Amino acid sequence: MSAPRTLSYGEALREAQAQSMRRDGDVIVMGQGVDDSGGIFGSTLNLHKEFGEHRAFDMPLAEESITGIANGAALAGLKPVVVHARIDFLLLAMNQIVTHAAKWRFMFGDANRMGVVYRGVIGRGWGQGAQHAQSLQALFMHVPGLAVAMPSCPYDAKGLLTQAIAYGDPVVFIEHRQLYGMKGEVPEDYYLVPFGKARIARAGTDVTVVAISQMVEVALAAAEALAKEGISVEVVDPRTLAPLDEETIFASVAKTGRLVVVDNGWTVCGASAEIAARVGAHLFESLKAPVERVGFPSLPVPSSHVLEAAYYPNWETVAAAIQKAMRRQVRSRAAGVQDDKGLRESW
Amino acid sequence: MAHSSRAPSATSPRQHQRERLLWLYRAMLRMRMAEEKVAELYPQQEMRCPVHLHVGQEAVSAGVCANLTPEDRIFGSHRSHGPYLAFGGNLGAFFAELYGKAAGCCRGRGGSMHLLDRPAGYWGSSAIVGGTIPIAVGTALEAVYHRKNSVSVVFFGDGAADEGILYESLSYAGLKKLPVLFVCENNQYATNSHQRARQALDNISERGPVFGVPGVRVDGNSVLAVYEVARESVRRARMSGGPTLLECDTYRWKGHVGPVGDIPMGYRTQQELDGWVARCPLRQFEQMVFAEGVLKQSDLDGVKQGLAREIDEAVAFAKASPFPDPAEMTA
Repeated sequence: MSAPRTLSYGEALREAQAQSMRRDGDVIVMGQGVDDSGGIFGSTLNLHKEFGEHRAFDMPLAEESITGIANGAALAGLKPVVVHARIDFLLLAMNQIVTHAAKWRFMFGDANRMGVVYRGVIGRGWGQGAQHAQSLQALFMHVPGLAVAMPSCPYDAKGLLTQAIAYGDPVVFIEHRQLYGMKGEVPEDYYLVPFGKARIARAGTDVTVVAISQMVEVALAAAEALAKEGISVEVVDPRTLAPLDEETIFASVAKTGRLVVVDNGWTVCGASAEIAARVGAHLFESLKAPVERVGFPSLPVPSSHVLEAAYYPNWETVAAAIQKAMRRQVRSRAAGVQDDKGLRESW
Repeated sequence: MAHSSRAPSATSPRQHQRERLLWLYRAMLRMRMAEEKVAELYPQQEMRCPVHLHVGQEAVSAGVCANLTPEDRIFGSHRSHGPYLAFGGNLGAFFAELYGKAAGCCRGRGGSMHLLDRPAGYWGSSAIVGGTIPIAVGTALEAVYHRKNSVSVVFFGDGAADEGILYESLSYAGLKKLPVLFVCENNQYATNSHQRARQALDNISERGPVFGVPGVRVDGNSVLAVYEVARESVRRARMSGGPTLLECDTYRWKGHVGPVGDIPMGYRTQQELDGWVARCPLRQFEQMVFAEGVLKQSDLDGVKQGLAREIDEAVAFAKASPFPDPAEMTA
């Protein structure tokens, strides 16, 4: 047994690619800046030196063709990882991702899959602003034929990326820039974190919080604060939005009767709306209160740190939403529900 | 230094073996007869998908594909029954796909704009103009990576030369000297807009050299001229000499979409169409081989009869085939 080892999220991403490349000669990593001295925030650092420039290489600033070339390479049998250092750049490649890769297997059959991983970095930080900090997971979650993975910790960063590379169908792999420095235990051996299998980040009994990407950290901080008030919060990290682990989310909400969805993205037509709708349809009878959603306001991301602070959810706004869910009671059922915690106004 | 050039007129058919001439003729006639059959049956409204016919443009697919092997990777566009039919794509699966049947080449999930026959080298087509261009380049990247001898060939129209993706793809293929043949079938019209209304210069083949990709412009209605320039391009690609952009001047006889002509729409003249019909690639070929005495009418009649039978059988097969089971869609 090897001793527990910690890696940062960025190092874990790099290790996932390096181990996948070692195991499978068909895995390649491509994109703007893949072989530069920064190595996409360290996540591709020196892969070209270790595996050769034919396996980890720079590409022109031509997002649609980079992505289409990766699609073609995958169709012919390679396993490309395409890196877009900002997910905003990936919008230039939507035609190839949404209208080609996501359709190819359905139209042309199982022998014609485009198993490409499109890495896109999202996130807040250093005033990135409206065109460098969008969170576009909902766009991809909307499209049949795409898997969407959003690791929230180093262990998942590695295991979800190895899984994405082995997946065989197109995967939009969304990494949060602010998590890159997060340290955590990461096994040295190659392992996979299966898609469609949520993680209970914190067990609780009063309210379920489904939190996405970096919002898992924020939700855990809120849960910690509320624990002192006697509110037991269960935090569920779906890990992948497509496929979505309904089973785990439904089981948690069936137990707690309350749901807050915290998304690292816009609420309008967002992942939080989809999750809320599915829970509402499936667990209407179990819900003790309306589903609460926390996300970004319907505005582009601002640059000034003062504006950023007002824009992004934080542990306090998440805690407030959880408290709101705890206070509210579905009126028509109130008489039949024994839940004194929900009526408490303590915080 | 890559340069662009205009291909010379084709050499005499005497320079070609009889088998090759028959192959080229059969390929062109297979496209022509199959598409005329589609046009004949389409008004029955049982082929319930848009069809973009390329009647009049057959020499391009035939001349290019005659240089390929099933190990090569052919990609098409919304208007690309051509390479599928030219290179031996299954006829029953073709008609079944147009009829939306389970036996279709895409099991009824593709329709006319999405054909596939991997054993015949046809790797798929996209209904998005230019969509398969970078994908073809990606398959060429794989061929180099695995040291295969395959060449990737992508067919597109002059409309795709409006799209930025063509230039991004030429640039990368030129940079890495990938084995790709970019085949532009310049039929002058994108939907109903003439190239003059869309592009400042009539010079698509000249846009290759700026990316390090040689460009050649050729009479796209002369199957031997196309064959000869494609032969050189494919040979060079196989010898790691890099990609070529081939611009083939040709003309679409029918409307942008559907089985009928579109002269009444008023964007082009009957006179212009007649001029191109007079340059029919099949008729030109017939006249040439008869004049040179290399093939006889009876040779061509034999090809025609065989194809008529093949097409009738394919249509009967397609019509008799069952529809796909909707339950399989989610399986």
